[in-house]
Amino acid sequence: MSSEFAIETQGLRKLYGDVLAVGGLTLQVPQGEVFGFLGPNGAGKTTSIKMLLGLVAPSAGSARLLGEPLGSRPARARIGFLPEHFRFHDWLTAGEFLTLHGELYGMAKERLRQRIQELLDLVGLAPFEHKLLRTYSKGMLQRIGLAQALLNDPLLVFLDEPTSGLDPVGRRLVRDIIRDLRQKGTTVFLNSHLLSEVEITCDRVAFIKQGEVLRTSQLKSLVEGETSVTIRCSEPAPETLSGLEQLGKNIRTDGDTITLTVSEEAALPAITRYLVAQGLDIYAITPQRLSLEDLFIQVVGTDGGL
Amino acid sequence: MGTWIIARLTFREASRRKIALTGLLLGLAFVLLFSVGFYYINQQRLQNNPFQSPIPMEEYYNTITLAGLYVVNFLIVVMAALVTADTLAGEISSGTIQSLATKPLRRSEIVLGKWLGYAILLALYVVLMGGGILLSTLLQSGYSMPNVLAGLALMYLAALVVMTITIACSSRFSTLATGGMVIGLYGLAFVGSWVEQIGSLMNSTAAVQVGIIASLLMPSEAIWRRAAFEMTAPLSRLVSFGPFSSGSVPSTAMMIYGGLYLLAALWIAVRQFGGRDL
Repeated sequence: MSSEFAIETQGLRKLYGDVLAVGGLTLQVPQGEVFGFLGPNGAGKTTSIKMLLGLVAPSAGSARLLGEPLGSRPARARIGFLPEHFRFHDWLTAGEFLTLHGELYGMAKERLRQRIQELLDLVGLAPFEHKLLRTYSKGMLQRIGLAQALLNDPLLVFLDEPTSGLDPVGRRLVRDIIRDLRQKGTTVFLNSHLLSEVEITCDRVAFIKQGEVLRTSQLKSLVEGETSVTIRCSEPAPETLSGLEQLGKNIRTDGDTITLTVSEEAALPAITRYLVAQGLDIYAITPQRLSLEDLFIQVVGTDGGL
Repeated sequence: MGTWIIARLTFREASRRKIALTGLLLGLAFVLLFSVGFYYINQQRLQNNPFQSPIPMEEYYNTITLAGLYVVNFLIVVMAALVTADTLAGEISSGTIQSLATKPLRRSEIVLGKWLGYAILLALYVVLMGGGILLSTLLQSGYSMPNVLAGLALMYLAALVVMTITIACSSRFSTLATGGMVIGLYGLAFVGSWVEQIGSLMNSTAAVQVGIIASLLMPSEAIWRRAAFEMTAPLSRLVSFGPFSSGSVPSTAMMIYGGLYLLAALWIAVRQFGGRDL
């Protein structure tokens, strides 16, 4: 693989008739990164993944996966994919299902047999190897889908809502699997609505809306960076609030409460000094670190994709 | 390699979802019914002292057996359309195709694998049901139909034509729309075949041409009539009218057209499926 990026897209666009599903997706995901792909419903996330996997043909733009053009079979041999709705051939047993997909990856028989046992153990389905998938619960199907996505020791894994059908134990399992993949240097492209999961597992996230990247953020800088502050004090004069804009942004007031966002917690003493100097009585200053959900709302807005 | 894996998967699906078993039981029930019917008709003929009849016994056996094969042909053609209408359309609408199509195999391998899997299944039906009828006649009367291999091969070709056009429709349209289109085409061919035969009997060139056009749109019925003609006893060929015989015998050119039609339908299926969003 020649490229340093596992995924590179340039203006990837998809139109269904007159309906724009993806407006021009441009992003780069370096190898070994756990990348979160976030956006409201209808933002074009699944269509984007389908284009990257060669299931849907782009209307315009270009992309490379593992240094290969879209649809390349050598690239697909090194990619794993867990589809959003995890519908599989439910008249197969778990063992037969994994054997089928391993054969499609061109895996050698002995290696495949060994890998199937490893993965069934990993996802906790070894006792159910000979049961038909149609007897599986939603969570079990998601687990076997995950095993299928990891069969070929992929360099790049697409996980489309990997925890939607899982209980807390299952979610922890997925988190552990993603952590192990990161350690092995596998690139993970994670599409999830569960922002708390993304916050824990991802290195970097992209917020998309109507198929365009609005912003990408390192989650590490999110944790260390912007902080929301709530200040309870005597009612401020409008001039005081204008002056406060030098020290923070997104300033809102509600009676005796001021909320604002500061770039780092180190800004708080200066704010306190300023408000006291303006003659305000301060009763409480409460910093609240910006959660991914706050950032999501800030970037994407509250109207979702509607 | 991918084609063979998908063919095995398709065959396994047919057996797991009881498609193969249902078809097999239906076929065996029919062969049994035919055998019982043949037995009683044969007994009746023997009691009526057929040696005084100007028509040789072989002609009776031939007609009865052709009637049986006519039903076998119908069952296999219906089976070919029913089992394949959902094969691509169903996998696309349910999303099961996504985990297959993202593997390192060509889309054409998915189509050809499914085609191959069902082609093997249909071959089994033709051999078991058609062979069962022929064997029943042979064991009960000692009569062996003429040109059996050519006849069965043509019946198989007719089934493959229906199956392939169904897969072609299924690669583009929903299961329901595919079923509607294939039944419509088969109905057209069926009616066209009768128009051609009646036209031939009445020396109406226009009617014969209408029938030929219908056969060009869907050659399965014309292929069956050629299969029936091949297996018809010499004397019965002179009767030249009826559902199991053929007044206007479809030409060899039409059989070649049937083969080309099949290849074209398969090419369309591969192209359509290869170019569509999943």
